[in-house]
Amino acid sequence: MQPHPTTGSPRPDDGSAALDHVRNMVSACIQCGTCTGSCPNTLEMDLTPRKMWRLVIMGRLADVMASRTFILCSDCYTCTLRCPRGLPLTEAMETLKGIAFARHEARHRSSRLFYEKFMHTVRRHGRLREMAFMTGYFTAMKSPLAPLRFAPLGMKLMGKGKVEMGFGKSAATPLGALFDKVADIERTAAAPLEKESHA
Amino acid sequence: MNYLYYPGCSLTASAREYDLATRALMTAVGANLTEIDGWTCCGASAAAPISQLLSLSLSARNLALAEQTAAGGQVLVPCSACYLNLKKAHEALRNNAASRTTINDALAAVNLNATGSVRVRHLLDMLAVDLGAAGLAPLVTRSLSGLSVAPYYGCQCLRPYREFDDPERPVSMEPLIEATGAAVHVWEMGGRCCGASLVSTQPEAGLKRVCAILKAARGADLIVTVCPMCQMNLDAWQAKASRMAGEDLSITVLYLPQLLGLAMGLDSGELGLDLNLAVLDGFREKIAK
Repeated sequence: MQPHPTTGSPRPDDGSAALDHVRNMVSACIQCGTCTGSCPNTLEMDLTPRKMWRLVIMGRLADVMASRTFILCSDCYTCTLRCPRGLPLTEAMETLKGIAFARHEARHRSSRLFYEKFMHTVRRHGRLREMAFMTGYFTAMKSPLAPLRFAPLGMKLMGKGKVEMGFGKSAATPLGALFDKVADIERTAAAPLEKESHA
Repeated sequence: MNYLYYPGCSLTASAREYDLATRALMTAVGANLTEIDGWTCCGASAAAPISQLLSLSLSARNLALAEQTAAGGQVLVPCSACYLNLKKAHEALRNNAASRTTINDALAAVNLNATGSVRVRHLLDMLAVDLGAAGLAPLVTRSLSGLSVAPYYGCQCLRPYREFDDPERPVSMEPLIEATGAAVHVWEMGGRCCGASLVSTQPEAGLKRVCAILKAARGADLIVTVCPMCQMNLDAWQAKASRMAGEDLSITVLYLPQLLGLAMGLDSGELGLDLNLAVLDGFREKIAK
């Protein structure tokens, strides 16, 4: 693996090793911009996807992490489908989200908490329990205004009986053992799981 | 037609009507569903950024349970996000020996093992290919002629895996809609992104995607969807999208099996129509006649 001088000395969780992984995923990028032209969210991004891949290839982790581009990926897979090099770009975006969350980047705190609380609920119950998830999310946000954005929708859904409150409707299947085993494997594995390419 | 049914979390809560309509429709077309016993969350879009292996293992757990029920069977998945996750796990188990070993290493913690022997299929795949317009047409007892239907496919049942439709210009719903007697609303938005979870996490970006789709549906009587996330973005956030657009974008949004069920004379209660968030009076009057 190539050294990347601009990111400085790596700490275990600063994302440098993971960025190398993303760099391998996009290293064949020819900077054609098909991804940028295909992305439904480009106009809201501060860096176009094409520019961001360039920064990834150059190992400029700090610049990548300072961007909102990867957080605005909505997993539509249009870029992955159209990339003339066949690169797994949506997966690369996903991995960048994971790096930002692991680094506890302040600007991505809200998204990170949304994802983390979601997975916390799944770990405890096996299935998503909206009530437990949203309560956990709002509590972690520590913002009295956070629930207001979702309140009208929440009331509408509850009125229709469409919120899983967890009152015995489905038995819980705790998945702690599976989550812990995955964490164990990832701690001991030297290399991340090999990605399959999308034909 | 026998299928192992994976409803996924949304279909037990915010998308209950999708579950009701799917089960009712399958019974009416003579397909047999066996719900996967003890199924759990596929990881949605939240697991993969945190850990690829966790995402694959959560989905593979469900495939392992499905294999125990019927090795070589077919898993029917109505939710596009669940479908893609299960499909990824299936591909990893079948085509990547290293992944298969690692995933099963993780699954050993819950005493399961997966080989990837079951096939993962989206509900739309089943409806378009196994049932098809030819299978549906004789079952239509109430023509929906006079209705114009905008088929909305979303993303993850089409991409990245090319399974049953063109991933950019999808058409698989059209023969089914035409078989009900309804007309297909011609538009370019069928395979465009609804904003997915951005509508919740980055609303200023997500709602623009919703607005663009609702605007393009103008002239249609309703939109039909095949994904709980698409459905929620297009129906629950209509008022907000209308405020953002500065115009009324209200339109009826149904799940595809609800529309097909109506054409087959199924009861609207059985299809969960009262649970939908956007069913306009004008639409109710049209189907009441």
